[in-house]
Amino acid sequence: MPEYSLTEMMAVAAAREIRDGDIVFCGTGISMLAAMAAKHISAPNSVIFFETGALDSKLEEIPLTVADSRVMFWTSVNSGLADSFAVMQNRKTGKNVVAILGAAQIDKYGNLNSTAIGEYSKPRVRLPGSGGACDVASFVGRFIVFMKHRRERFVKKLDYLTSPGWLDGPGGRERAGLPEGGPSVVVTDLAIMRFDESTKEMYLAGYYPGVTPEQVLENMEFTVDVSRAREVPPPTAHELQILRERCDPQRLILR
Amino acid sequence: MSEKVMSLKEAIEKFVFDGCHISIGGFTVNRNPMAAVYEIIRQGKKNLHLYAHSNGQGVDELIGAGCVKKVEIAYGANGRFAPVCVRFRKAVEEGKIAVEDYSNYQMTLRFLAGAMGVPFLPTRSGLGTSIVDKWTFSPQERKKDAKLPDQKLIVMENPFGSWGGATKVLLLPAIFTDVTIIHVQKADPLGTARIKGLTFADVEQAKSAKYLIVTCEELVDPAELREDPNQNQIPFFCVDAVVHVPYGAYPTACYGYYDYDPIYLNQYREWAEDEHQYKEYLNKFVYGVKEHKDLLSLVGKDRLEMIKADPRTGYAVGLKRR
Repeated sequence: MPEYSLTEMMAVAAAREIRDGDIVFCGTGISMLAAMAAKHISAPNSVIFFETGALDSKLEEIPLTVADSRVMFWTSVNSGLADSFAVMQNRKTGKNVVAILGAAQIDKYGNLNSTAIGEYSKPRVRLPGSGGACDVASFVGRFIVFMKHRRERFVKKLDYLTSPGWLDGPGGRERAGLPEGGPSVVVTDLAIMRFDESTKEMYLAGYYPGVTPEQVLENMEFTVDVSRAREVPPPTAHELQILRERCDPQRLILR
Repeated sequence: MSEKVMSLKEAIEKFVFDGCHISIGGFTVNRNPMAAVYEIIRQGKKNLHLYAHSNGQGVDELIGAGCVKKVEIAYGANGRFAPVCVRFRKAVEEGKIAVEDYSNYQMTLRFLAGAMGVPFLPTRSGLGTSIVDKWTFSPQERKKDAKLPDQKLIVMENPFGSWGGATKVLLLPAIFTDVTIIHVQKADPLGTARIKGLTFADVEQAKSAKYLIVTCEELVDPAELREDPNQNQIPFFCVDAVVHVPYGAYPTACYGYYDYDPIYLNQYREWAEDEHQYKEYLNKFVYGVKEHKDLLSLVGKDRLEMIKADPRTGYAVGLKRR
């Protein structure tokens, strides 16, 4: 079996979630890598776009921010923020958008905090804020979340709810007036979490080779159902080759 | 020459004043009007009320230099160059600036409303989130300030019933800035402007302003822009000052002209972490130079050569970016 890093495992796990034909909303870092990998492996007809307005970028090099000039090359259309957020709500395209987001905190319903740790008015740690994350989580058909699996990150109560997941459970989004959609999967450095169809609560769906369900639970403030958990197949030689040679040969993200 | 064409020093002296409501164009490390940002810092402007979606570098430098009192913002980070903009983070944690949080789309709609001349625009983004519940500027504070809307935002039932598939909408107040500054690739002396690559929310911002300063890489003959008007975004009558500043977005990128400077941005982040080093940075690179071209000489020809855009892709292919 080939050697691989955790970043590679995470990128591959997220890439496997992308379906052919998806319109993929991409952030920076590992999410960009996952989107690029999916396009090369299993979803050649997927389209990558950025909130800055770059629609179907040809990424010959990895962009380091969503406003990197590298996202502007050989696109279908170079537009702006207003147009790119319209893609997520438009009745023809909105439901086909899958987004990849990250956050500092997540709760059991997949709500995300990327604004502040501690009291909002006097934060212990100030984070970037929503950027486009709140918009994306509000609008798109489904979204993938990247998280570090730590107790202080999988919390019972968020310090600030930046981006809506399933809010307070079944029917929550509808009551708030949000469109359909919501988080579908959480890819962490230990495991893959999904959300129960009826309760909308997070459960452990898979753990990486060498990780146990107990270890996953130890790294969360709340408990989740582990009865459906299976070991996640490690990255294949082919997946690793694509990731290393086609997506990030400069090792800007894989390191 | 048109009377709109002036030096950056003149433009900032004329249109940016202490306490003014201001926005700058660009997004994280791309096409921020950095020359103008540095000139604002040099002129010691204070108590600015800043509106931003995600202008990383420009916003962080204005905050770091103590020019800003209040900021309405969606995102204070710079991609791989700063997971959180350092001076922004410190200023908020130390209570030196007040921040009102919105999302990128919400800020875009607010600028668009300002550009359209309507009081607000609706969206469904943010329903059910803390952006709705948590306000930094209280209703009392807002009532007292004629330049702020009384509400951060308003959630209401869709007044058109279920039309458009929505039951509720979130209304966002328009932004009307005193001054907006954008950097573009080409402008003519009367102000017609052309942005190459992504426009971000620059056009909406530009039109929401009472006064608009356009800095440009190239000041060109009007005929050059009129020959292919489909590529222009800003009509000349929106523009109040046109300033010719080559490398005016440096150290951020300007598509088709130059890339961001990873050395500068990485050093900036490290210096920003340390009070002493940050002071030295400001003294050397901002206060220590008279104008933008002096900063460019300080950085040196080799660095500018290194980030020169490749004509095929619009960025510096193979640039070392670690």
